[in-house]
Amino acid sequence: MLGGRDGDGVALAMRVIIGQARISDAPRLVEITSAHVDSCLYHGQVSLDFAHRLVELGARVRVPTTLNVGSTDLIHPILVRDQELAAAGRELMSAYVELGCTPTFTCAPYQLPNRPGLGEHVAWAESNAIVFANSVLGARTDRYGDFLDVCAAITGRAPYAGLQTTEARRGTVVFDCRPLGDFLHSELAYPLLGHHIGSVVGAGIPVLVGIPAQVSEDDLKAFGAAAASAGGVALFHAVGVTPEAPREFADLPVHEVDLDTLHRVRRELSTTGKLDAVSVGTPHASYAECVRLAELLKDGPPLKVPFYLSTNRHTRERLKGSELDLLENAGVTVVVDTCTYVTAILSPDWKNVMTNSGKWAHYAPGNINVNAVLGSLAECVASARAGQVVLE
Amino acid sequence: MIIQGRTLHPGTATGEPIRLTAPLSFWGGTDEHGRIVDAHHPQCGAVLTGRILLMESGRGSSSTSSVLAEQIRAHTAPAAIILTRPDPIIPLGALVAAELYNLNLPVVVASYEAIPDHALLDVNATPAHATITWTTA
Repeated sequence: MLGGRDGDGVALAMRVIIGQARISDAPRLVEITSAHVDSCLYHGQVSLDFAHRLVELGARVRVPTTLNVGSTDLIHPILVRDQELAAAGRELMSAYVELGCTPTFTCAPYQLPNRPGLGEHVAWAESNAIVFANSVLGARTDRYGDFLDVCAAITGRAPYAGLQTTEARRGTVVFDCRPLGDFLHSELAYPLLGHHIGSVVGAGIPVLVGIPAQVSEDDLKAFGAAAASAGGVALFHAVGVTPEAPREFADLPVHEVDLDTLHRVRRELSTTGKLDAVSVGTPHASYAECVRLAELLKDGPPLKVPFYLSTNRHTRERLKGSELDLLENAGVTVVVDTCTYVTAILSPDWKNVMTNSGKWAHYAPGNINVNAVLGSLAECVASARAGQVVLE
Repeated sequence: MIIQGRTLHPGTATGEPIRLTAPLSFWGGTDEHGRIVDAHHPQCGAVLTGRILLMESGRGSSSTSSVLAEQIRAHTAPAAIILTRPDPIIPLGALVAAELYNLNLPVVVASYEAIPDHALLDVNATPAHATITWTTA
């Protein structure tokens, strides 16, 4: 491939893969079964130049490849205020579709059919998708920078390094969550726990003890996304829950997590006072979460502040004909293909915005200049109805 | 004076050093003009353009590759980057900028404690080997 047998586009992609393999001291490459590409989010002219170069050189992906969010909502383009950014975003998204990627435009590819299984080597980008694939599915992906993801998709190869290898997947530190008791049955526990553990462990591999066996994938999504944002967590193990969790971990250091700690995290991630808007669904809300939001909004007083729900177009299709109407009639703006903290959707005049996402609460203040408030989905609805922050 | 290092991306550069006391994510941490904008970073406000950036390692986002490549394209990137630990994300940005624009920003791993704060550094990174030289007044 490097010599141009499969065309100049494949050769370019292979130069990138080999260059990365050298830097990572990878002894060889590994064949991958799927890719998830984050490079379709616009970061400037270089994003377009790279994608167009690959298209011009005739490159095509050779494994099933999903796309992460882009910089615009292709189904509701009017939502993005900055039309120059939206136009560049659209051009980039279509270049990646030309390369043969599937136009999923979601940060939660694990909510789509055909997800990878235990032990499968994949090349997934985007920190929350990486941590979910590694931890919950037991598939294997390392952390990849922009550009590498699509080069892996084009060559069907990734460096055999980092979390692709068995040795690198062992837990490094135990977090005993049992002191949290019943709080572990509330959805709010998981973004808070993720933020706390990510801050403590950095890029380490936490082993969680005490997580209820019936914990939902949505809770694990919220945990992983927050841990990946606050630290650099790309893999966690939850004993009795995730497929590669260790049975023996007596030799690892142990931290206890108690309620006081999580209350402090919530205060850190939350401002108080008047509420300007609510944004839920980061990472993209699952079908179950959208249905729950619709149920919460079915009866009761109207929303007093703008309310955004980010999800993927696949889930939106499933909601059509029932919950989607209910959500939109209740005043919810449904955003697909992108997310409210990576592009210009919220009004620049809004200062205080509530979310159910630890990841959103971590990144939105820097990205779009707002103060965040973190609450459960029910608290988000109650607050939007009251026009001010209402916590249980 | 001379120190030796490992090349992560080849190239040559000359410039004054800027030593960061904490890791930096280019995405969310620097703007398109090469200025540090991460409010939590101890050197927030410093401009990296044209400097030999000394920092232990990169931090955080995978979009750092894009942001660095864009700064190289726009000529607002550092002149060279010297790390103490190998990091795949930063040289990836340099590699893509080299492929697209034929601009080479050297990325080197070296222990840089010996480098004085005020000196003119020469970075010479070949695929096999890197040297950093300077003269002190």
